[in-house]
Amino acid sequence: MQATVDTATLHGVEALPVEVQADVAPGLPVFSIVGLGDAAVHEARDRVRSALRSSGFDFPNARVVINLAPAPLRKHGTGFDLPIALAILLATRQVATRALGAAAVVGELGLDGSVRAVPGMLAHAVSAARMSVPLVGPPEAASLMAVVTGLDYRPLGHVGDLRNGALHPAPGTDARPPAVGLEPDLADVVAQHAARRALEVAAAGGHNILLVGPPGSGKTMLARRLPGVLPPLDPLEVLEAALVHSVAGLDERSVLAGVRPFRAPHHSCSLAGLVGGGSPPRPGEASLSHHGVLFLDEFPEFAPSALQALRQPLEDGCVTLVRADGRVRYPARFALATAMNPCPCGFLGDAEKQCLCTPDMVRRYMGRIGGPLMDRIDIRVRVDRLPSGRILDSGPSESSAVVRERVRAAREFAAHRPAPEDQSVSLSAAFMLRPAARETIVSLANLGALSGRAVTRMVRVARTIADLAGSEFVEEEHAFEAATYRLAEETP
Amino acid sequence: MATDRSDARVELGKRGEEAAAAYLERLGYQIVDRNWRTKVGEIDIVALDGETLVLCEVKTRRSRRTGTPEDAVSATKQRRIARLAEAYLTSAGISGCPVRFDVIGLLVLAEDRALLRHHRAAFVLGD
Repeated sequence: MQATVDTATLHGVEALPVEVQADVAPGLPVFSIVGLGDAAVHEARDRVRSALRSSGFDFPNARVVINLAPAPLRKHGTGFDLPIALAILLATRQVATRALGAAAVVGELGLDGSVRAVPGMLAHAVSAARMSVPLVGPPEAASLMAVVTGLDYRPLGHVGDLRNGALHPAPGTDARPPAVGLEPDLADVVAQHAARRALEVAAAGGHNILLVGPPGSGKTMLARRLPGVLPPLDPLEVLEAALVHSVAGLDERSVLAGVRPFRAPHHSCSLAGLVGGGSPPRPGEASLSHHGVLFLDEFPEFAPSALQALRQPLEDGCVTLVRADGRVRYPARFALATAMNPCPCGFLGDAEKQCLCTPDMVRRYMGRIGGPLMDRIDIRVRVDRLPSGRILDSGPSESSAVVRERVRAAREFAAHRPAPEDQSVSLSAAFMLRPAARETIVSLANLGALSGRAVTRMVRVARTIADLAGSEFVEEEHAFEAATYRLAEETP
Repeated sequence: MATDRSDARVELGKRGEEAAAAYLERLGYQIVDRNWRTKVGEIDIVALDGETLVLCEVKTRRSRRTGTPEDAVSATKQRRIARLAEAYLTSAGISGCPVRFDVIGLLVLAEDRALLRHHRAAFVLGD
């Protein structure tokens, strides 16, 4: 007797369809699973056997062969438990075929027959919605499923519940999970006007930013406030960002509430940890920051190989991992925020403290980041230590909400001018550069010997500054400000 | 001395298998074969439980020092039994009937009594 149940396996942020075929035939009692499953898939044997028995079903005393088709595709994870159990129940006529219909099934089994969530539930939901089939899975994922439009989700809490007949769609829970925790607010940051302004420009244009300053000057404090001035995620961004969190097995609730991801990996982070990798592949911090902010504190302390690996996502907005059995793509469109000391001792350029580093030490310290990566950082700004009196006596500064509103207005303004991607016009025409602004940029570029990419990126920053000012044209002053950000910390 | 000991062990195993067979017959099983052997090993008891062919491994122990008697049926032993089972089915010309692997463990308590434990469908083979 044979039966099939549809499920899927994760590949990148996608769930690729897999058919679980069960063949139950008389013969020696064998239970084997074929079709390139990993160790977790093979362990399903023991979970399925126990779960069926403790749910009051019979595990067939026969030759049970499970095939996971297409057989050449590698399959991993525990989500195959439930589809395998169902295929066996269907093949042995312990459950009627109509109980399931055309639904796709995913879920891990406990030994008691309970159904549990697996990483990537959201990817499974998207895949089922795309194929217009219902999805059967754990009840704990039901609230999460509400974000996928057009999905018919049917929760199954326990294998034993299948005896009660057909499965029913989840009761409508369109209540979005509330935002968790409070974002740190810019009101806490005393003075630092230049850095605050740079943060605002970075937020408005999605530019990469580097904060340079001595220890304790507030670089980290400022960077942590960057997500708070970004506009909330739009529905499409929510889904994309939540997908990455889901397949990584992380809590996706705050993303679902529209809060932009903010990831701050420690500088001991490995290459695989930063851009993704491992076997089976997992998304890295760069992908977890998709549509949010990736903050690298102590920038030069990161492994050079890890930093250089960031160049691809910075350029393409995605990470492609190539493996012997195929390639995996994770989205990684993030704003890069970085912070570093100006030199190993940290006090180069400080008003009071003497720097103890030799010029060679400073050069080597900066050299760790490397030209190509530095080239992609558009806004570099100095954060200096404040006199203690000012810190103690100042009241709250401008709040994140006020800045966020200006950022939102600038983005809206930008959306209504001709798109710079229009290939038919020149760059300076597309960005609406005034002749004076153009001259400024050309002469400053010559001064700093900037690369073509650096000039383009500088013009983009100038455009963002003009958008913040609500100016249709990029004026000379906008170009000056943009150039200041690029040239400021070129060679501290 | 060595021969004495192994004689004693064979004797113990034999008595255990006798007891197990008697027990299965009392349950209404029909004993088909006893000590069916090939070069690689033997199947202690082959019996019919209704339509199901039961291949039974019997383990007898005097003490629980090395675990319960049935603990001795390791994964390696299970695979060996499976190979034997296939050989048996082929030689007996049986196909298409349900097959079950049972294990019977006997813990000898005294000269004339033992604790018997019967594991129906004790194991299922893996891949």
